[in-house]
Amino acid sequence: MRKTKEEKIFNFVNLVFMVFFTIIIAFPLINIVALSFNDPLDALKGGIFLWPRKFTFESYYTVLENHAIYLAFIVSVSKTIVGIVLHTFVTAITAYALTREDLIGRKWFEIMGILTMFVNGGMIPTFLVFKSYGLLNNFWVYILPVLFSFYDVIIMMNFFRGIPRSLEESAEIDGATPFTVFAKIIIPLSLPVIATIALYHGVYQWNDYMTANIYVNNENLFPLQQLLYKIVSENLSPTVATGTAVVRQTTSQSMQLATMVITTIPVVAVYPFLQKYFVSGLTLGAVKE
Amino acid sequence: MEDSSTTHKNKKPSFFRRFKDQAFYQAMIWPSVILMILFNFIPMYGLIIAFKNYTVLDTIGGAPWVGFEYFQEFFKDPLFWTVIKNTFGIAFFKMLIGFPGAIVLAVLINEVANLHFKKFIQTISYLPHFLSWVILGGMVIMWLSDTGFLNSLLMDLKVISKPIEFMADPNKYWAIAVLSDFWKEVGWGTILYLASMTAIDPSLYEAAKIDGATKWQQIIHITIPGIRQMIALNLILSIGGLLGSNLDQTLVLQNSLNYASSEVLNSYVFKMGIKQGNFSYATAVGIFVSVVSLILIVLSRWGTRKISDKSVF
Repeated sequence: MRKTKEEKIFNFVNLVFMVFFTIIIAFPLINIVALSFNDPLDALKGGIFLWPRKFTFESYYTVLENHAIYLAFIVSVSKTIVGIVLHTFVTAITAYALTREDLIGRKWFEIMGILTMFVNGGMIPTFLVFKSYGLLNNFWVYILPVLFSFYDVIIMMNFFRGIPRSLEESAEIDGATPFTVFAKIIIPLSLPVIATIALYHGVYQWNDYMTANIYVNNENLFPLQQLLYKIVSENLSPTVATGTAVVRQTTSQSMQLATMVITTIPVVAVYPFLQKYFVSGLTLGAVKE
Repeated sequence: MEDSSTTHKNKKPSFFRRFKDQAFYQAMIWPSVILMILFNFIPMYGLIIAFKNYTVLDTIGGAPWVGFEYFQEFFKDPLFWTVIKNTFGIAFFKMLIGFPGAIVLAVLINEVANLHFKKFIQTISYLPHFLSWVILGGMVIMWLSDTGFLNSLLMDLKVISKPIEFMADPNKYWAIAVLSDFWKEVGWGTILYLASMTAIDPSLYEAAKIDGATKWQQIIHITIPGIRQMIALNLILSIGGLLGSNLDQTLVLQNSLNYASSEVLNSYVFKMGIKQGNFSYATAVGIFVSVVSLILIVLSRWGTRKISDKSVF
């Protein structure tokens, strides 16, 4: 079908708008990376856009000299990996049990699960209760409270239900135990949904700083994001650009920039893999947010 | 859904027998039951401290009851109206530009003919959603600082002669909060719309073109009605989450100079409870937030039922 003149104009205007939009989103990100590789003092003169003017690794050296960042990196990696493994495991076994229509107490469980999605104790009661469990300044505060998510259970349960029952039945006839059926048939067939849950939880674990902010004041247990939050909130309160303040801001800003880039790299690295699962992770239970 | 056993009652094995038969599946579900009780339901019980005079020396059950005292204290607090105004004001403007913004953007992305470019735009626009507010807040503060990008750009263009104190000016905080949130989330907001647009029958567009419909008419009469259900769903979800979602952002962007326009309900709860230890008072404020959110959800459900054929849940 031939394009009308009106359509051509629309397409052109839309294209221009889209290019503009893409620049608005991408430019700040590229700019931050460019700034982080620029000489810290020189960067304050401004005028750096997509590429550093005086290229240097100095900011990164400064950051990596700091012992705290290694520790924070280890905490971040540990909480992400432990979180992914345990959360995905708990989600999978719960979801699989719930696919049994005759499971005793299934209705009750579902009512409880739905309740957890809509009602919660709020920040303070949760804090006090977790405190009484000894979770303050404890690594497991990152892991245990978010092990169970009914939202994720629903996503996985829906996927399991799509697996033909006959597969399980024929294995059972051949004498397979329930464990074998789960481990050898269900899990291998469910890798896409397992990846979805794992990746989303991984990004959550990596990005979360509020848990540390509320429950942890032992600096040895800070994840990267909390370390960065401390640097941002304590060092860069608005300063007047006088002599000493400029120097302070220089080192602080370059440290922040480098830490920001280091902290973001893992998310950007898994991003292409994550992208495949965006829609499936959202549509199956858009009830969460 | 109900037990199929009701149809043949006589053959129903005993409870213990059935439980033993499904022991493997029961073992799979019990960890989650325990997790829910420990981390969801016991904290809910803790809500009663809003009606008690709780100090660190008490147990939750043992603290003396005080009724609605802390709620009254909150309503009389001189900060009450400031916090309410900021919470609702920022939430309102976020919604005002963010909600239609995502719909418009989705429609425009959907019209991009080149599939590679379309994919590219989607990839770029979803990315900020996966950055934490710490990263983004740090970026915002840096861009808006005295020597930051925006000030140096405006000075180079001779628009201003000395730097604008963006972060220190309470009058600018709302705009900063709203626009940075828009930048972060607008692309992600299109994802469900774009998914439901792919389900629209292409022959509708063909037919419309033959009848001489303009692009604008196609969008208004085909695309928008095609995603109406999704718009209603998103409306409910975003209204319900309005008051709850901004703590991460607030804590990063807030400072002592813009406090008057940046303090919102959640950050107030955080400060009063976690930082200052007024546990009962902060819990009362938290309950107030939950009740208002619940009212908003009910109202929005009632409202969307009018514009959509059926209720979303």
